[in-house]
Amino acid sequence: MSTMNTVGRPTTPNQVETRPATLTGGRGLLQNEALIFEGDGWGKTGVDLPEPKGDASDLGDLVRKDPIGLPGLSEPEAMRHYVRLSQKNHAIDLAIYPLGSCTMKHNPRLNEKMARLPGFSDIHPLQPQSTVQGALELMDQLAHWLKTLTGMPAVALSPKAGAHGELCGLMAIRAAHEASGEHEKRRKVLVPTSAHGTNPATAAFVGYTVVEVAQTDDGRVDVADLASKLGDDVAAIMVTNPNTCGLFERDILEISRLTHEAGAYFYCDGANFNAIVGRVRPGDLGVDAMHINLHKTFSTPHGGGGPGAGPVVLSEALAPFAPAPWVVSDGDGFRLIEREEEDAAQAFGRLCAFQGQMGMYVRALSYMMSHGSDGLRQVAEDAVLNANYIKARLSDLMSAAFPEGPCMHEALFDDEWLKGTDVTTLDFAKAMIDEGFHPMTMYFPLVVHGAMLIEPTETESKAELDRFIEAMRALATAAKAGDVDRFKGAPFHAPMKRLDETRAARAPKLRWTAPEGSNLAAE
Amino acid sequence: MKFTKDHEWVRLEGDVATVGITRHAADALGDVVFVEVPDAGKAVSKGDGFAVVESVKAASDVYAPVDGEVIEGNAALSTAPETVNADPEGDGWFARIKVSDAGQLDALMDRAAYDQYLTTL
Repeated sequence: MSTMNTVGRPTTPNQVETRPATLTGGRGLLQNEALIFEGDGWGKTGVDLPEPKGDASDLGDLVRKDPIGLPGLSEPEAMRHYVRLSQKNHAIDLAIYPLGSCTMKHNPRLNEKMARLPGFSDIHPLQPQSTVQGALELMDQLAHWLKTLTGMPAVALSPKAGAHGELCGLMAIRAAHEASGEHEKRRKVLVPTSAHGTNPATAAFVGYTVVEVAQTDDGRVDVADLASKLGDDVAAIMVTNPNTCGLFERDILEISRLTHEAGAYFYCDGANFNAIVGRVRPGDLGVDAMHINLHKTFSTPHGGGGPGAGPVVLSEALAPFAPAPWVVSDGDGFRLIEREEEDAAQAFGRLCAFQGQMGMYVRALSYMMSHGSDGLRQVAEDAVLNANYIKARLSDLMSAAFPEGPCMHEALFDDEWLKGTDVTTLDFAKAMIDEGFHPMTMYFPLVVHGAMLIEPTETESKAELDRFIEAMRALATAAKAGDVDRFKGAPFHAPMKRLDETRAARAPKLRWTAPEGSNLAAE
Repeated sequence: MKFTKDHEWVRLEGDVATVGITRHAADALGDVVFVEVPDAGKAVSKGDGFAVVESVKAASDVYAPVDGEVIEGNAALSTAPETVNADPEGDGWFARIKVSDAGQLDALMDRAAYDQYLTTL
């Protein structure tokens, strides 16, 4: 019996240790959240709008007669809906986010402050150029930094993401082959087996036949296999460096030389540029085109599918084919070169309606200028150091996929060490959620069995890395000790339990439908 | 029945080859969630991708083990992709191909050689 104060409030904690399921499905100040369509907010509105004056419409018979079918919510209801959902999710602002190949680094708040300056945030792409000189100058400066860091003479800023950048690069390559009359015979693009899936998808989308290049036992491009497949029917190769196994392609100069000898172009997937920025200039490696994910190397937010930016740097040979527009400075200030102009006569077209993602340009340049060239070099060094620290501290319990030598910015393990435990990579990843850690990338790259790809990024402190490592070690020890139940049903402590991925993929529900007999018809 | 290193199987009856993916491939892929098979009339060449199989883990091309022309794709797989896991070397077949050179099958492995090959992976 606990003691009470004078108003009957207990003064010592109770000692009950059993944990009954809750009566409502809520958990620890977190309510179960219905879909926004399933609330009780129909017919409400969160703003005080004046009654429309008359219902005259120019649409005649086309005027909608049925309810529009959108939920009505007050402002606090709308806020709570999305905040509750966000509380069930993970974010880089909560903890390490070690998804390999994704570079989930901290998004500095200085970037956000700069992006909210009214001169950047309150402008419109159709404004007269004389009124947005500052924004154009920023684009020019960003282009300068990207060209300087990569050692490349030209850059197309407008692609909206990495894969869009790949499309830009391959379209420039195709335009170059068309200009030289070789397009008809050069129909193949070579892609290593460890590539990001977007590489073959891009090549196929541009109309090329994809030919796979084998990988060596130590995780690099098989140069002999590449050489045997290069010829006058090859338009380009697409190589990621460092590659998706987290390894530097040590034969990169030979790969570049062989490619150019065959008359093909070298497309570099720059997704992993964050591991070498400030240390290696892709232009010095003979790269002809490379996209740069601003949301990886240059710390802009990943967003929920956008907005992103994937500028593409281009070599001398491809520069004339760069898509419009781009910024020039001609003494009278800055202006955009559009496709109709003579300078852009060979441009293959344009990739988006306007100039690209201005908000991301501001954030990326803010990151570059606040770090300086020395700071950016340290970004690469620390990213590599952090990954190697993880690799070194886990390699006694888990099996590194490529144990020889250091890795670059990500540490790759396979599932060899789980053999005989009845625990799979998937089970292990789900158990990490219970321990408070977002899982690493799993089952990618495809060339490694049961792959676990861990990318800590440079923004994690040693203390956070140690917490992550201790959790991994505790789980690995439990798996090897036969504590299988901890893994098979995991996650036990997350808002949602183990999801049926197979059913979700085989019978996906792609839109909400109103319950039978309901008047909540969403059209 | 003959096997390729890429884990396709092929069974020749007359000049028609039935093609699918092996039990090993189906198990390695995990639960298959989507299959795209070729239409009748499509010309295929040995080594080229002629079908696609997608599981919760990965999407993969299925390579033609022989040259020829597709007579029939297994349309049932589009609504019941799980058949590939349940019966990969039977009802889970991908396509029937009219073979232009039956001699190409000689280069493929028989069951014993394929089983031996699996132990090397």
